[in-house]
Amino acid sequence: MADQTFPIGGTLDLTPPRVARKTFLEWMHEWVTTVDHKRIGLLYIWFSIIFLLVGGAEALALRIQLATPDSHFLSPDTYNRLFTMHGTTMVFLMGMPFLFGFANYIVPLQIGARDMAFPRLNAFSFWLTAFGGAMLYYSFIGGSGLYGVGNAPDVTWWAYAPLTSRAFSPGHGVDYWALSLIVTGIGTLGGAINIIATVLSMRCKGMTLLRMPLFAWLMLVVSGLLLITITPLTAAQVMLTIDRYLGGHFFDTQAGGSAVVWMHFFWIFGHPEVYVLVFPAFAIANEVIPVFSRKPIFGYPAMVAASVGIAFISLGVWAHHMFTVGMTSVDNTFFVLSTELVGVPTGIKIFNWLATMWGGKIRFKVPMLFLTAFLFQFLIAGLTGIILSIAPFDWQLHNSYFVIAHFHYMLVGSIIFAIFGGFYYWYPKVTGRMMSEKLGKWHFWLMLIGFHVTFDTMHFVGLMGMPRSIYNYDASRGWAHLNMIVSLGGAVQGIAVLIFAVNLIWSYYKGKEAGNDPWDAWTLEWSTSSPPPVYNYAVEPEVRSRRPLWDLKHPEDPDWSYE
Amino acid sequence: MSATSIVPNAAPTGEWNLPSRGRVAMFSLIIGECAIFTIFVVAYIFYIGKSLYGPTPQQVLEIPVFGTICLLSSSFVIWLAERALERNKIKLFGAFWALTLALGVIFLIDTGFEWHTLIYEKGLTISTNLFGTTFYSLVGLHATHVLFGIIGLSTVLIFTLLGKVREEHCERIQVLALYWHFVDAVWVVVFTVVYILGR
Repeated sequence: MADQTFPIGGTLDLTPPRVARKTFLEWMHEWVTTVDHKRIGLLYIWFSIIFLLVGGAEALALRIQLATPDSHFLSPDTYNRLFTMHGTTMVFLMGMPFLFGFANYIVPLQIGARDMAFPRLNAFSFWLTAFGGAMLYYSFIGGSGLYGVGNAPDVTWWAYAPLTSRAFSPGHGVDYWALSLIVTGIGTLGGAINIIATVLSMRCKGMTLLRMPLFAWLMLVVSGLLLITITPLTAAQVMLTIDRYLGGHFFDTQAGGSAVVWMHFFWIFGHPEVYVLVFPAFAIANEVIPVFSRKPIFGYPAMVAASVGIAFISLGVWAHHMFTVGMTSVDNTFFVLSTELVGVPTGIKIFNWLATMWGGKIRFKVPMLFLTAFLFQFLIAGLTGIILSIAPFDWQLHNSYFVIAHFHYMLVGSIIFAIFGGFYYWYPKVTGRMMSEKLGKWHFWLMLIGFHVTFDTMHFVGLMGMPRSIYNYDASRGWAHLNMIVSLGGAVQGIAVLIFAVNLIWSYYKGKEAGNDPWDAWTLEWSTSSPPPVYNYAVEPEVRSRRPLWDLKHPEDPDWSYE
Repeated sequence: MSATSIVPNAAPTGEWNLPSRGRVAMFSLIIGECAIFTIFVVAYIFYIGKSLYGPTPQQVLEIPVFGTICLLSSSFVIWLAERALERNKIKLFGAFWALTLALGVIFLIDTGFEWHTLIYEKGLTISTNLFGTTFYSLVGLHATHVLFGIIGLSTVLIFTLLGKVREEHCERIQVLALYWHFVDAVWVVVFTVVYILGR
């Protein structure tokens, strides 16, 4: 047998494949019609990278506008469109596709399955998401219909009523926005159902729920959360479309409707959405931190319980986005307390990651660097979150740049950092080559410096009273210097992301050969070849502990003897 | 690696049973659908009595007793069909399945007549007032689900008439039936909210 290098015998079918050079059309056809979970995962990831660059470019345009007072780089209308598109893109077309990309590629490999539960539904979900993304950006061309130049939606990503009504938003910008979110929402629902069915029904022999890698657990929890998170948004968008097209009155205050109801419906989706985005970051941390600390994860059952706990609590905190609306003091108190309660399971997670690192032989490779930064930045993002959850404090800072700084600490400092870490960790599995450590270190340090220059400073601009969503400010306000610093930090981050993009491409051709298990890791995906064959595993693996590869590498001291 | 040939066998794993992926997926879909209906039901309840002008529910709504009986009894009939298929009585299955489909179609037609009366005789459209907006969207959302159910039921009926449905398809049929049960159960909620609480 030639498969001596694989820890599980017979993992690969070693019959040499018939080698034939494909034409471009054949290659294209293969990718467009694919139902293979790995290829769909990669399609999702390419989709997100493209929109990361688009959304990032929009952010840089906004920062150039704000760098100096009384700037005329962008017109007010363009500014409004760009920040709406930046928010919508980053949440729906960058964050969630990353989630599905990672989940698609890694979950079936980790649970020893050959594909997702419903491969065709999987392809359908991806193409719906892609279509929704294209539709949103088409609004730049077709937003105002057949007459005049196009306009994109300019109503912010939460699109409060009555700004979205026909009277205040003529043209089709808002319609494109609503329809594209309905379409991507259906794609998301399909993806979530698929992940749940895969994790529950496709596990290999012996992989009980409590032996499952935490990555797969987190993806299960996040998919469950998505089922009841993305659907209220779809419902609200349908209501908005009824209002705009059929003359409905859901959010029409002149006919007895209520604008506050939209706020509730939107944030019932909007707040759990933050956890939907951050759970993949947790999932990546749960894989990378133990492997690079050379210790099993600390407190596995507590991690599972905390994840489910966060998902559960996150459903009851939405109105902390609405303290300034004027709810009753009972409502305010409820949402203050429920929001602070999220800190408990989150704290459990942070302490467990620290305890995993504690006493470990930590290898500071690029993935671990990103995840270490993630830990600290996630802590700070959580702490400013607790500050903002206190209603009287929120009354002072609501809609200021302090809030922007807080949630970008979460979205960039935690989620994007963890996703970068995940890229460096799994890239060798996907391509068979390592990403360059040297470029990776440049990427990491520039990203870290740029991030802190931008978003640490942004807290102070917010405390000085600068509100969000303004396209211009007067020099006499005294925000000019800090805003210039924020924008310079943004430029540094832009350079870091470009280095990352270069690294992705360069390493694909010139990277070091990775082998099957470059990190000496413990989960099943590292037991097959890099890149994995279409069928993943020629024989179904059988698992007896949480770290099946450790058992195989260390038969003298296997994990299952402790379980 | 020298450890490759060692297959750990500390404890026999024994039976390995996983839930059916079809059922898991359908239950997940139902949970998601429940969230959509919750939003529409909450909107309906919140807006009861908030219309600034008529007509009001008391003036125009009549309880759709006949349609409701049809839809709810179809849940029982589809269960009979499932049971017939489990026992490999294909003809009986086909008969019950066709009856389920007919009951569903009757419900939709009944809703159609109700809407026709409301629109053309009583002057209530989706844009008339807040009540119209919430009424047509909630009942319409449910009717859309009935319609999708009918498409699924008809597909199975066509396959049954072509003789393609056998006992081994029992589980797939049951997954589809699960959706139909859900559509019926939601009608209980919609009916209570619209025709009892809201009237």
